[in-house]
Amino acid sequence: MLNAVGRDIPEEILEKVHKVPFMGNGHYDGYEIKKTGPKTRCVISNGKNKLVSSIREALELSGIKDGMRISFHHHFREGDHIVNMVMKEIHEMGIRDITLCASSLGKAHDPVYDYILDGTVTGIEASGVRGKIGEAISRGYLKNIAILRSHGGRVRAIESGESKINIAFIGAPTSDDYGNLSGMGGKNECGVLSYSSVDADYADKVIAITDTLVPFPNYPCQISMTKVDYVVKVDEIGDASKIATGAAKPTTDMKKLMLARYCTDFVTKTPYYRIGFSYQTGVGGASIASTLYLADRMRGDGVKMAFGLGGLTKPMCDLLDEGLCGALFDTQDFDTFAIQNMHHPRHYMITAGEYASPFNKGAFVNKLDFVILAALEVDTDFNCNVVVGSDGMLMGAQGGHPDTAEGAKCSIVLVPLVQGRMPTIRDRVTAVTTPGESVDVVITEYGIAVNPRRQDLIDAVRDSGLPLTTIEEMKEKAYSITGEPKDIEFEDRVVAVIEARDGTIMDVVRQIKE
Amino acid sequence: MGEALTDKKKRLRRSMLFLNAQKPSLIRDAYLYGPDSLMFDLEDAVAENQKDSARFSLYNALRNIDYGRSEKIVRINGLDTPHWREDVRCAVAAGCDSIRLPKTETARDISILEEEVFKAEKEFGIEEGTVLLMAAIESARGVINCMEICTASDRLFGIALSGGDYTKDLQTTLSPTGVELMGARQHMIIAARAAKVQCFDTVYTNVNDLDGFRHETEMIKQMGFDGKSLINPRQIPIVHGVFTPTDKEIEFAKKVVREIEEKSAQGIGVFTVDGKMIDIAFYDGARRTLEMARASGKLR
Repeated sequence: MLNAVGRDIPEEILEKVHKVPFMGNGHYDGYEIKKTGPKTRCVISNGKNKLVSSIREALELSGIKDGMRISFHHHFREGDHIVNMVMKEIHEMGIRDITLCASSLGKAHDPVYDYILDGTVTGIEASGVRGKIGEAISRGYLKNIAILRSHGGRVRAIESGESKINIAFIGAPTSDDYGNLSGMGGKNECGVLSYSSVDADYADKVIAITDTLVPFPNYPCQISMTKVDYVVKVDEIGDASKIATGAAKPTTDMKKLMLARYCTDFVTKTPYYRIGFSYQTGVGGASIASTLYLADRMRGDGVKMAFGLGGLTKPMCDLLDEGLCGALFDTQDFDTFAIQNMHHPRHYMITAGEYASPFNKGAFVNKLDFVILAALEVDTDFNCNVVVGSDGMLMGAQGGHPDTAEGAKCSIVLVPLVQGRMPTIRDRVTAVTTPGESVDVVITEYGIAVNPRRQDLIDAVRDSGLPLTTIEEMKEKAYSITGEPKDIEFEDRVVAVIEARDGTIMDVVRQIKE
Repeated sequence: MGEALTDKKKRLRRSMLFLNAQKPSLIRDAYLYGPDSLMFDLEDAVAENQKDSARFSLYNALRNIDYGRSEKIVRINGLDTPHWREDVRCAVAAGCDSIRLPKTETARDISILEEEVFKAEKEFGIEEGTVLLMAAIESARGVINCMEICTASDRLFGIALSGGDYTKDLQTTLSPTGVELMGARQHMIIAARAAKVQCFDTVYTNVNDLDGFRHETEMIKQMGFDGKSLINPRQIPIVHGVFTPTDKEIEFAKKVVREIEEKSAQGIGVFTVDGKMIDIAFYDGARRTLEMARASGKLR
């Protein structure tokens, strides 16, 4: 069945995952849903000790068994030890048929590959999968169909009961013995625990794993003791050097600087650039450079930002420190500077639900003026792919891409026209993760293409002197350099579905042909 | 010399970006950064056993890519190598605008090159005189012979200092102050102006020292140079910034051009503009100022 972005979603897959095809943005606007609550084992006795001796003991006390869904967060990024520690225990216990429901999985979790092969892990739900897990799914080694959800979509799925978490594991840089958790302090600081909040709220059992026990109460906490069943102290929850590095040096890559310059020039020519605007950007070189350029323009124009949102880096925190930005609402910290900036009184942690869930009473993304994004591929309908490489292998994460693109009034995608020898702008993307109706502007080093759906933006920049072009012209230029790309050959078997924010099916990912 | 050739020779050349002709990803996109001239290098950047493949890559790039307003110059290998003749054939056949001869020391070097360019134009059915020349001065002998080099050919639009080789020849090294280059710079700019051709400064090799680069660019502009050789696109906006006239200079240049055109029609040779004595000698300079203002986007 063709969905609203023209992707053919096989009926049997829809039946298998109990889903309907994507029907366009806002289809469920105003829809009423009922959320499902978790089981809570009441702690009334004042003698209860939540601190247990090992992950194994916590697993046994939580009643781990075959077929369960367990969850993790990705605030420790490529420095995470939690997933591997827990999975090693589960594997040694002989538990099978586990579904991993993580906010994201990366190369740090390559050991999971073996557990996929031996049937310990049979299901994966994540914003994205990289490294060997991506390879295992793309090669068809995972028994069940993997589900890829945006950050907002994950919260929706968990809250609705669609993704019922039996046991949540929350790696916490600091915890007391009663389960008050924080991303601040300790030897593996990550700043915030935004993505874990929904796990703590909706999992039947919550196990906190820390390497830094602090005296009770660990306040201010980011996740409360009222939601935590057990606390485990381990030697190391992660590798600090891979959790957050020092602030990245500004890029010197001229192409990225050009994208950044075009981006800032565009942003400042739109009507949304005014006192009190809001802004989100990413961690790529071009995104960071565009924040630096924007800061210069704001100083010159006397324009101040009301708030910045999302994953944060030093340049955004600098805006706050300088008074160019009124507040930061933080879902993830990408460098040590951003973590330390949490001490600023107007730098707030928000939950993934507050950030981006489509199924609550209004999230932060809906109040965004601008979001600056990247992509692996963009098609001539402005559909973006951020999860499947041009070789057909799962290698990226949706993150907040579809959430912010839909929510923001002006969503801008920065991409080089050609990556390696593959055209980034093309007739058809390998998989759709973000629908073209959410994407307003695509910027490459060859110019700026505004989505024809946004005639208002086209009118706003028409006489601006910016290098305006069309997405078709960009594609032609890309093809003139690389030649027309051949479609990748896949097997028939569907190995993953890409969910839209609202839980409908945006696309399917098939097994790669070896 | 025809007017078209004169115009081609005098075009704006503030920035000449060097590119290894062998690297397709580099030569594909570099014009996007807006240099006035692209310098496709077949000489030092290309290993001795890779000259063929570099020519192949260069030929296909020049034939297939629309480089927009950027001038396409090819730096060939020196006359003392077995490569230069084939370099010339490749560059001319591919449709380059100009050829840069390295290690130029005498007027005869230019004559030898011109002869070969002429033959290539004939061979590939290109109108005679299409391809311009420039000479790189890389030795003390070259500096001493600047005047004869500058006047060796009608096709020659300018000379450029190559600081690295030149300082070796002087038995010294490049230093941050550039004092070792001062004599060559002064001599070259004087010779170039005497011969009415352009003059370009050498590269600034520390690509991370953009402040030092800006300082040097300001200095060579004040000395009279037309532009500078570049090795990194990040240097382009800095050169263009330095070579962008101020609002006051633009206004004055507009008045000068307007007054000269009006007054010469009335048969008046010398007059004043804003209290300064002006005659026809100011015309080219004022037009160049306006051209630079247009190129920078300050004047439409």
